[in-house]
Amino acid sequence: MLRVEEQQPVEFSAALTEKFDEIVKRYPEGKQKSALLPILHEVQAEFGWLSTSAMDQVAAYLDIQDIEVYEVASFYTMYFLKPQGKYVLEVCRTGPCCLVGAEKLMEHIEQKLGVKEGEVTSDGLFSWRGVECLAACGFGPVLQIGPEYTFYENLDEKKVDDLIEDLRKK
Amino acid sequence: MARKLLLEHINVPGINTFDVYRQKGGYRAVEKALKMTPDEVVEEVKKSGLRGRGGAGFPTGMKWSFLAKPEGVPRYLVCNADESEPGTFKDRYLMTYIPHALIEGMIVSSFALGAKTSYIYVRGEMMPQIRILERAIAEAKNAGFLGKNILGSGYDLELYVQPGGGAYICGEETALLESLEGKRGNPRIKPPFPAIAGLYGCPTVVNNVESIAATVPIINDGGEEYAKIGIGRSTGTKLISASGNLVRPGVYEIELGLPVEEFIYSDEYCGGIANGKRLKATVAGGSSVPVLPANLTLKLANGEPRLMSYESLSEGGFATGTMMGSGGFIAFDEDQCIVRNTWNFARFYHHESCGQCSPCREGTGWMEKVLHRLEYGHGKMSDIDLLVDVSKKIEGNTICPLGDAAAWPVASAIRHFRDEFEWHVKEPVKCLDTNYGLANYAEPIAKVEVSTEK
Amino acid sequence: MSDKVKVTIDGITVEVEPGTTILNAARQIGGDIVPPAMCYYSKLEGSGGKCRTCIVKVSKGSEKDPRPMPKLVASCRTTVMDGMEVQNITSPEVLEARSGVVEMLLINHPLDCPVCDQAGECDLQNLGYEHGLQKTRYEFERRTFERIDIGDKIQLHMNRCILCYRCVFTADQITNKRVHGILNRGDHSEISTYIQTAVDNDFSGNVIDVCPVGALTDKTFRFKNRVWFTKPIDAHRDCPTCSGKVTLWYKGEDVLRVTARKDVYGEVEEFICNTCRFDKKKTADWVIEHPTAVSDTSVISSNHYDTLKPLPVIQDNPKLQHANKIELEKTSKF
Repeated sequence: MLRVEEQQPVEFSAALTEKFDEIVKRYPEGKQKSALLPILHEVQAEFGWLSTSAMDQVAAYLDIQDIEVYEVASFYTMYFLKPQGKYVLEVCRTGPCCLVGAEKLMEHIEQKLGVKEGEVTSDGLFSWRGVECLAACGFGPVLQIGPEYTFYENLDEKKVDDLIEDLRKK
Repeated sequence: MARKLLLEHINVPGINTFDVYRQKGGYRAVEKALKMTPDEVVEEVKKSGLRGRGGAGFPTGMKWSFLAKPEGVPRYLVCNADESEPGTFKDRYLMTYIPHALIEGMIVSSFALGAKTSYIYVRGEMMPQIRILERAIAEAKNAGFLGKNILGSGYDLELYVQPGGGAYICGEETALLESLEGKRGNPRIKPPFPAIAGLYGCPTVVNNVESIAATVPIINDGGEEYAKIGIGRSTGTKLISASGNLVRPGVYEIELGLPVEEFIYSDEYCGGIANGKRLKATVAGGSSVPVLPANLTLKLANGEPRLMSYESLSEGGFATGTMMGSGGFIAFDEDQCIVRNTWNFARFYHHESCGQCSPCREGTGWMEKVLHRLEYGHGKMSDIDLLVDVSKKIEGNTICPLGDAAAWPVASAIRHFRDEFEWHVKEPVKCLDTNYGLANYAEPIAKVEVSTEK
Repeated sequence: MSDKVKVTIDGITVEVEPGTTILNAARQIGGDIVPPAMCYYSKLEGSGGKCRTCIVKVSKGSEKDPRPMPKLVASCRTTVMDGMEVQNITSPEVLEARSGVVEMLLINHPLDCPVCDQAGECDLQNLGYEHGLQKTRYEFERRTFERIDIGDKIQLHMNRCILCYRCVFTADQITNKRVHGILNRGDHSEISTYIQTAVDNDFSGNVIDVCPVGALTDKTFRFKNRVWFTKPIDAHRDCPTCSGKVTLWYKGEDVLRVTARKDVYGEVEEFICNTCRFDKKKTADWVIEHPTAVSDTSVISSNHYDTLKPLPVIQDNPKLQHANKIELEKTSKF
């Protein structure tokens, strides 16, 4: 269970709430709760993760109870309930990718970044984790990086090293 | 060369844009359908014999005809683009390269069903595809194929893309609808089925991306023409996602009825097993379907060649057959470990179980733990039968098919590869750095087994 | 009435209203053929279908379409059709599947009945007794959670939870705000408030009564006594918030706890408010009615009720009444 006081309150910009308004228009009147998943993606893209403060504001915006947001955010794997690195490398760890070397690649990433799965590097730039099938089995091993979920296919150690270097330079 | 209906223009530069897609004959199906009545469109799809491409293989036209049509209640079409079945990546491919094929299919299908608002539920990880579809929708709307009074027909349609949040279970149609309503992806208890009470309690049809895209050639050429392709009740073409240890993995459009052997070894398709190795096993239709050893993959129990069709792949029941599923074809070479892969899949289902009903919530975790123990050399002989028993306790007793999908790979792996599981128990140290190998799994089948299981 | 539908369960035919579920049709028959229900709760809309303990076999779909249903179905969520034939305890397949479900429910359950307040009135305990195995086949560490106080009167012991969702439905349907829910997914799912919030509401205490196991317990009763040492007595008071109809659980002269009145299937008859449940623990607060009827098979009935239920022949015969004077005085006390 979380302690609320550990978190800083966040503020939604006008641009962000405008995006919310656009999203809500997609659904029939009174069904604004449908906007919850897309809105949480927008919030996460903005802040990097979903703090309680952010989720409570989403609940208020959609006129639903706070717990409904927590329930949804904790159900789906894409939502981070803890702060992450700026770049989260999500490597597919499911069968077909493992047939072509995903497990070795994850070991390599762990060594390269020097942090375990789910941890953040000391510079705050990177974290990584294994995720389940990303539906690109023919092009494995694969990884993706949020918030736009840019996709990297047919990876090997060299390609991953280059990718990490490129991101460091950004 | 086999006929291509969905991927015919895949290599045309700019086919992902409206203009090029239109030049290549795109949106003719919309023009044609809007001059028909909705019932006539449904009739064409029925005649085509098209079967749902998402996994269950239920006839699409029949599914459409079940849709309730009460007065004054909106109806919805929701496209299931939550492609997450391990081994399946055809929908991502289609949406990336020919997004307008899906948009066109959505307009035709929505018109047939009388839906005025339709949603494409795309898994959240496919954010680039979501952007591609959003752009394609804007293009189509600009050209007058979406929005109010489409092509002056009086038919209005709004089409939206909805992102998921990362949950395999949302590929189950009622979980998808829950998720689209902004809730946890817990499958609903049926009945009522979505055709009666789906999205927001209104009549709803949920169809896979490929099924919807297939309505385009069906309307263009007519259902009867479509039904001429394929074999028996497996009509038309099917996208097969080929992965694993193949020379050329990727997405292939095949005419149903193609021999499995030709699909694996011919240069037109996968080009054989990578690195000159031999085939050990396949999963023919996505991770949920039973795994088969090489000999049963290529041949039926009676020695006839096995074909890529709904009927031929399931020939022999689960004793010697498997399923077409979603067309996720995974090939394992002789150096792959079946125990390890079964554990990997079990971990997947454990991770993806929604946790709503007890057999799946508890059973998937239990199977994963036992398989982990076997893979890492701590297993016992009795574990093998325990796994079979636990899988039976899950199968058929859950709210949704995820329980079955978790049980079948484990049960089938033990059914066909028991030797390898036993070897893991007998050689707890050796199994950590060597594999059981090909053994006799590619040898011709000695005797015809009689199907006793369903 | 002609518009009733006929359903046969384990060979016993009953006529019920259309739309009735198999489970409720079975309850109309009563007795051993009633499937056990861990998550279904007739007073909570939308409940049921999840635990899978009530699964039955439909061997004949209906008069019109006599085909059997391909899979076992959850009787709590399957409505009867005219002419339907159902097998529950007469089907070995059902009993085997049910024992499988019970095994699944128990593999991660702590089995800490000796220290659990729910012991003696626990649905899972009863279910395990009737359908469970003697030994567990599960050889891994059971999942554990921290104990949490949700509010000062209710303790959540998540280890024991079977995720029936009843408490979630209760909060949704009989309180005005829900602050707890199901977090995470799969076998990591848990009932939680996510942030430290007290569940504070006039009717929140009802989650204790609907909980089929000892996951939500009454902190004012915690470790006070074993239920089978206490005597349940029905009583009522004039309550401005709820019906005020309760069961008082006595040990000697003391009211150890107050609960809603429960029917033969363990469901509350009427939800009660927190004031009645937590704050009215003196006999003087209540108008005493009579001893609560407790099933003969319940451990709660042991040692108590022989004397409280005089045979009719005694009630009618003055001589016998005189002979049983002492026993009858005990009875009239309550």
